[in-house]
Amino acid sequence: MKPAPFDYVAPRTIEEALRVLAEAGGGATVIAGGQTLMPLLNLRMSQPFILVDINGIEGFSGVTRIDGGTRIGPATRQADALQDTILARHLPAFVKALSHVGHHQTRNRGTVGGSIALGEPAAEMPATAVALGATIEIASVRGTRRVPAREFYVGPYMTVLEPDELVTGIVYPDWPESHHVLFREVAQRPGDFALVGMVGAAVVESGTVGRAGLAWFGMGPTPVAMVQLEAALVGKSLDDLDPDALAATAIADTAPFDDHHASAEYRRTVGRRTFARTLREALSLREPA
Amino acid sequence: MSDHSISMTINGRRQTGTVEARTSLGDFLRMDAGYTGVHLGCEHGVCGACTVVVDGRAVRSCLVLAVQADGSEVTTVEGLADPEGTLHPVQQAMRDSHGLQCGFCTPGVVMTFAALTAEDCKPTEDELIAAMSGHICRCTGYQGIRKAAKILVEGGAA
Ligand code: FES
Ligand code: FES
Repeated sequence: MKPAPFDYVAPRTIEEALRVLAEAGGGATVIAGGQTLMPLLNLRMSQPFILVDINGIEGFSGVTRIDGGTRIGPATRQADALQDTILARHLPAFVKALSHVGHHQTRNRGTVGGSIALGEPAAEMPATAVALGATIEIASVRGTRRVPAREFYVGPYMTVLEPDELVTGIVYPDWPESHHVLFREVAQRPGDFALVGMVGAAVVESGTVGRAGLAWFGMGPTPVAMVQLEAALVGKSLDDLDPDALAATAIADTAPFDDHHASAEYRRTVGRRTFARTLREALSLREPA
Repeated sequence: MSDHSISMTINGRRQTGTVEARTSLGDFLRMDAGYTGVHLGCEHGVCGACTVVVDGRAVRSCLVLAVQADGSEVTTVEGLADPEGTLHPVQQAMRDSHGLQCGFCTPGVVMTFAALTAEDCKPTEDELIAAMSGHICRCTGYQGIRKAAKILVEGGAA
């Protein structure tokens, strides 16, 4: 239960961090809050040669408003984001999901960027980025690029990040202030990873769904965008929505798995019910007769 | 494997040392600094027994590297009671409400409550109970700990 030996550096600038990552040729791992990585190190499931601590990089934490959206620095502590007034006002779905991430003690240390970059499939932050249409800003010595969260995740703890790349920011597009938040998570205990979870936002204008962004967590090898559901929802009048039928569409894109916590069938069943109930509550739809 | 000279304030005293990069803060506090009130249970962030206060916040010392805490201000359970032995309000509340049995989880629980009730913080009972989800106690059944949380909120812990 002790990590294998490694070197440790704490660069002060992005350039320095990127240089170390490039020179390590794949042997480096980035550590921010460490609340996901440290268990992996302690269990020796991760054995890097060198750990690159990004906590001290200037400008790497904090929340800023940018044109048409909100940008979160990757090393922003989850506990700080939870108290942030910009996020409370502009990204209530994000804040709601964040309140379910880990425990008080791990949020004090854990970062938003760390959770997003690692991509645990049952975690709230990756799915929230996918649901709300966030863009991940990435840098390496080779240059910078921006990847939509919906194209960022490829498998459990696997993303499109190359070994020499670093997440330098996460940008969430604005949702109109009147949007509805959809969130529900089923876990065995508070703070546990979700067995089934969903997060998202929907905009309703004069009785019609104008825009929707939703995703599942714990329902496949990556966060799963509810692509078919979104298409089915947008343009519909609230009076025509059938939450139970939509729930079947919502789980169409999922690929849940069996593990010792729950079977795939359980996840699908609970997922359907969770979806129908959350949609009804969020949009104040009628209960079924 | 790199070695690092570090220096931090632990319970008001400066502590310096040289650590391997992989040394956790919990191990540094126990082995190098001698604060064995820091209990290491699972060492992967599940049990909460190792919780200490770093720069005013309760964190798991098994999930922080000692080198990452360089320059920090750390409080362990040894730093709570005053030198004459008068218990900290959280310790007193835990004692009064039978919030502990074997005591293994207790230093962690106490540090979480101590951080949340420090200075001007006025947590609600629900906030304290929610923070308890980060701790596992195999003895008490949690009811004594809940009672301690109630005392802390109603008694307005200093
Ligand atoms: S020893 Fe740190 S959480 Fe269990
Ligand atoms: S008192 Fe024994 S584990 Fe909590």
